[in-house]
Amino acid sequence: MKLKSKAIRLKQDNDVNTDYIISGRYKFQIQDPKELAKYVFNDLESDFLKRADGRSIIIAGSNFGCGSSREQAPLALKYAGIKAIIAKSFARIFYRNAFNLGIVLIETDTDNIADMDEIELDLDTGILKNRTKNSDVKFSPLPAFIKEVIRDGSIVKHFNKNGGFQF
Amino acid sequence: MGKTIAEKILSNHANKDLKAGDLALCKVDFCFGQDGTSGLIIDSFNELKNSKVAEKDKFCMIIDHSAPSPNEKISEIHNKMRTFAKKHKVNIYDIGCGVCHQVVPEGGHVTCGDLVVGADSHTCTYGALNAFSTGMGSTDLSIIVASGKTWFKVPETVKVMVNGELAKGVFSKDIILHITGDVKSDGCTYKSIEFSGETIRNLTMDARFTITNMAIEVGAKAGIMEADEKTFEWLEKYSKKPCIPIRSDDDALYSQIKVYDASKIVPMVAKPHTVDNTATVEEVSDVKINQGYIGTCTNGRLEDLRIAACILKNKKVHPDVRFLVAPASSNIYSQALAEGLISSLIESGAVILTPGCGPCVGTHQGVPSDGEVVISTANRNFKGRMGNPKAFIYLASPATVAASVIEGKITDPRGYIK
Repeated sequence: MKLKSKAIRLKQDNDVNTDYIISGRYKFQIQDPKELAKYVFNDLESDFLKRADGRSIIIAGSNFGCGSSREQAPLALKYAGIKAIIAKSFARIFYRNAFNLGIVLIETDTDNIADMDEIELDLDTGILKNRTKNSDVKFSPLPAFIKEVIRDGSIVKHFNKNGGFQF
Repeated sequence: MGKTIAEKILSNHANKDLKAGDLALCKVDFCFGQDGTSGLIIDSFNELKNSKVAEKDKFCMIIDHSAPSPNEKISEIHNKMRTFAKKHKVNIYDIGCGVCHQVVPEGGHVTCGDLVVGADSHTCTYGALNAFSTGMGSTDLSIIVASGKTWFKVPETVKVMVNGELAKGVFSKDIILHITGDVKSDGCTYKSIEFSGETIRNLTMDARFTITNMAIEVGAKAGIMEADEKTFEWLEKYSKKPCIPIRSDDDALYSQIKVYDASKIVPMVAKPHTVDNTATVEEVSDVKINQGYIGTCTNGRLEDLRIAACILKNKKVHPDVRFLVAPASSNIYSQALAEGLISSLIESGAVILTPGCGPCVGTHQGVPSDGEVVISTANRNFKGRMGNPKAFIYLASPATVAASVIEGKITDPRGYIK
């Protein structure tokens, strides 16, 4: 499974919390995820969607998604067209929430990835190709269970398909 | 090799011997959602094949984040929750019952050794009752509601020991702010924390809840304390569930051990806009405030209201300051009324709000205006948290907030405590 996009480097590098991804003001007001997606990163960089312009891979520093358990955060990102996030580290609740919705999260060093770099992620080989910098980085492959969830599209689809979790 | 509390509780719920790093499917003793997360729990639950609530007495919903509803959109979410609760015959704690993290333990739903999951990040609060409790998102919750189980990666544990006597005017909030400033917001990501030491043992249950509540602010999955006589007394009062305390083994493997001397801790604040951006009250004592807030799942308990009422007794809130108080539950509200704390606080100029989250999440009530400064007993001060990204939020103990609303600027409470 491969994902390709030009990178979107966030203006704030570390500790991007779920309040910043989607503010509590919007998560309570808007139930339609397509509508919610319009306000993604609103308190942090209000021109995010314009700047992203269809790019689908976010690059961040450490502790991405810290703070509240609101699933509206990855949900808004998903509906804003985000398919993968590459960061030095993720906060735990966000990590589960994003995978449950089928967003790919990769933990690796991101210092050498610039905004607009051409990125290619191969989830099977665990290789991140930066076409712009002509460099390959190996990341720890995703656990088999999580890869299956991504293949099935979401944890709900995975659960329905298998009638539960297989461990 | 011995085991940590987290390893033991998760092993007990997976029916197999687990150690840090293992993945396992665990049976969950109790789960819940609040009004910010239950809408999506219900949507996700309805997407599950043949979904029905696995065990009706092991799930509840709480309307606390935006309660009573300030507008028709939120009313819709609240009614969606009420309709689901009726249809599936599950418990709902409606507006005014209080914050989920007070209502759930007061409702007797948690005991020692339990595995609890809530669709709210501060679910780690019940670690003070010797439970492994953690926050997850709405989809994870919906699967627990339908199947009674979820998967866990068993976390490594960081042991945090606090020893020494706290000075007068220094409280458990100051301890946890001090630790957060030291460990930083991602210092315990994916880890469980065991809080121990004589200072922790000497704290009341109300004060212990403040510490475990904020374990998530350093990224932790859970923050757990051992049970003692105080825990048993508290549980006796609220819960009928059998209590089997879980202790860590002497040779348990910790990823890190941190030791703090409580006697060196002074009144602390977290400065805008992150919880780990801490400073001593002394360092910020010239900062003027526009609003003070005492309440939330961190510090809206009876002891907190007693401290505030004691400091404010026969004193008035500064004329340039608005002072809001929200008891964490209706039970606490009633006790505070009976003790005369509420009338005393009103006499000083406090505005009493409905038990619940109050202005903490910025969805209703008490939204600051541009450039305003708030001092609050909550657990988060992110930009926009209280509803306005142009406001500045400082976090502190109830004593510091009470002293600050009197003087109209951030104030060391030690001058007010004999």
